[in-house]
Amino acid sequence: MRKKPIAMLLTLTLILAVFLSGCSNSGSDGEGEASGSGSDGKVTLKFMHLWPAGSSAQQNKLVNEIIKQYQTDHPNVTIKQEVLENEQYKNKLKILSASNELPDVGVTWAAGFLEPYVKGNLFAPLDDLLSGSLEGKFIAGTTEAYAVDGKTYALPIELNISPIYYNKDIFAKYNLQPPATYDEFLNVVKTLTDNGVVPIALGNKDRWTGSLWYMYLANRLGGDALEKAINGTGKFDDPALIQAAAEVQKLVDMNAFNKGYNGLSNDEGKSEFMNEKAAMYLMGTWELPNYTTNPDVPQEFKDKIGFFKFPTMDVGKSDINSWVGGPGVGLFVAQNSKVKDEAQKFVQYFVEKWGESSVTEAGVIPATKVDTAEVKLPQLYTDLLNELNQASSLTLFADVQMKPTAAQVHLDMIQALFGKAVTPEEFVKNHQEAIDKGN
Amino acid sequence: MDKVMSNRLVAALYVLPALLLLLVLIYIPIVLTGYYGLMQWDGIGAMTFIGFENYARLLHDATFWQSAYHTFLLALFSALSLIGYLMIALVLSGKIKGANLFRKIYLIPMLLSSVAIAQLWLKIYHPSNGVLNTFLEAIGVANPPAWLAEPSLVLYALFVPILWQYAGFYILIYYAALKNIPESLIEAARIDGASPWQIAFRIKLPLITEVIKVTIVLAVVGSLKYFDLIYVMTDGGPNGSSEVMASYMYHQAFRGFDFGYGSAVGFFLLVICLVVTWLLRKATASKDTIQYS
Repeated sequence: MRKKPIAMLLTLTLILAVFLSGCSNSGSDGEGEASGSGSDGKVTLKFMHLWPAGSSAQQNKLVNEIIKQYQTDHPNVTIKQEVLENEQYKNKLKILSASNELPDVGVTWAAGFLEPYVKGNLFAPLDDLLSGSLEGKFIAGTTEAYAVDGKTYALPIELNISPIYYNKDIFAKYNLQPPATYDEFLNVVKTLTDNGVVPIALGNKDRWTGSLWYMYLANRLGGDALEKAINGTGKFDDPALIQAAAEVQKLVDMNAFNKGYNGLSNDEGKSEFMNEKAAMYLMGTWELPNYTTNPDVPQEFKDKIGFFKFPTMDVGKSDINSWVGGPGVGLFVAQNSKVKDEAQKFVQYFVEKWGESSVTEAGVIPATKVDTAEVKLPQLYTDLLNELNQASSLTLFADVQMKPTAAQVHLDMIQALFGKAVTPEEFVKNHQEAIDKGN
Repeated sequence: MDKVMSNRLVAALYVLPALLLLLVLIYIPIVLTGYYGLMQWDGIGAMTFIGFENYARLLHDATFWQSAYHTFLLALFSALSLIGYLMIALVLSGKIKGANLFRKIYLIPMLLSSVAIAQLWLKIYHPSNGVLNTFLEAIGVANPPAWLAEPSLVLYALFVPILWQYAGFYILIYYAALKNIPESLIEAARIDGASPWQIAFRIKLPLITEVIKVTIVLAVVGSLKYFDLIYVMTDGGPNGSSEVMASYMYHQAFRGFDFGYGSAVGFFLLVICLVVTWLLRKATASKDTIQYS
């Protein structure tokens, strides 16, 4: 009989041990010993980003080089990477935010996307860096998109515009010229469909891809009407915004896009263009490596790719140098990071290195100013960089401009519009309702 | 050993770890979900208590009811497909040539993860160079549909891989149950002159009714909370035409930053699952249990 209490005690201790170890493990996962400075000065930084080796080969290579260099320069720092694909990244960021376990350094989008995180006190202000060693390094207007109430919460690393890439071979085969006006553009579309060639590659399962088309049409028809409707100084029932939606459906009716676009992801849509089955592809300049530096893409294909600006329309506000684009992603430092100082140092280092190397090595356009005079760059890249310098305005991607809930309505509506499940009138009405809700 | 187990305290202690795990991992999150459903919460900032507003909104949310209808269709198809699985299992449990090979063929989808299956079927359904449309074009169909982009077709296109995915599981269960029937019973029936059909429908099926009931519950409740393959293949699109309750919950919470509403959807889903399980148990309740010997 003596044995029983002991056995019970042992069992109880065992249970407790299991649970306590479980608890302490989950605790340290986020910020405990895994990341934090120990007494020996060793620091582990967690860095979560969205450049997987598969889909963003050049960017991934660059990130690894920067990290390797940083660790050599700072032997006490170890950087642990977590790499996710775009959509997964967004989801994981939200989940980690809900449990307040953000990585020390991570990637965020600007404006409306960033706002809930700032309001939730999850991102640390980075103004010290901006007014310090990074002062004057950024292209004007890029950091502002990451500011909320006068404080900057992330530092941009890319700047993007969205041209229409086209396949010169396909165009030449049907005697087509890159169109400058929308009528010419419609003619290109018609000629291609008449000859059984898919005019435009689109994967609209991701929905922001279709949004690019709508944004350009809205811009060419109504100038800044879309931006005004989003920020509340205008309304969505602006005739230009309804007309833009109607133009999208007109393109759909012309079979301008590859078959089944609403069920294809951007990568699947893109492959229509990469496999030369579609003649045109509207996408941000982050795609440039595939047409310039990416060694996995045959040079033969790269040589065939040119770009043109979204054509103008016969209305007064139409400006061919007005681009859809803006700063892409930026780096944030988590507010509750145990190693905030180290994280900020890394962000500063990363932004600088990225600015220097992204041009030459990855072929993407950084948000920091670079001297491109000395390096030999692919022509396509130089041309686009020049376009960027001449841009009269940059319209930030609508789903980034809007607050998350409204952005979802916008994206859903874009898919419905392309699928002809809504009329242009319903399209703008639903947008207005979402904006009016104000969240 | 008997002595130890007869001590209630010790017995309780042995149950405790599993109970604690269940509490922490299942029951507490359920309660929390119901609780979050009473909040307006973007998942990041502060929560605001809004009472039953989320649940009231649920009742008037046309998109939610549409997704509920899709879920119902999936449950219906899953339940109906059980008949097919049962037939296959009946054939396999008989002495047919190559039964072993067929069993393995049916089981293969079970070994694959949902994401792998989704990738596979994405290739099959690809509108221009997918296996299916290439085949259809080869046999003369002029303009085969883009299966995953067509609002009227997408849901049924998704049902195919889902039902295919679970075929092995149910066939295995039925097969095991059928093999459990003592050979002597079948033998006796055969000697009495029963035809193979009579043996299958008069003897084998009645003997495995309990198993069939369990599979009905599994199939229906499993369909109610189905998520993964749909998420990967269509993400509920286009325009919500393949949205099911679980994906709607996910979209509300993680895409729309509305964790309160997402939680309400989740809690509602739980209630529906419980009610349906209870109803199914009631409907299939039997007075006597069958014993083989």
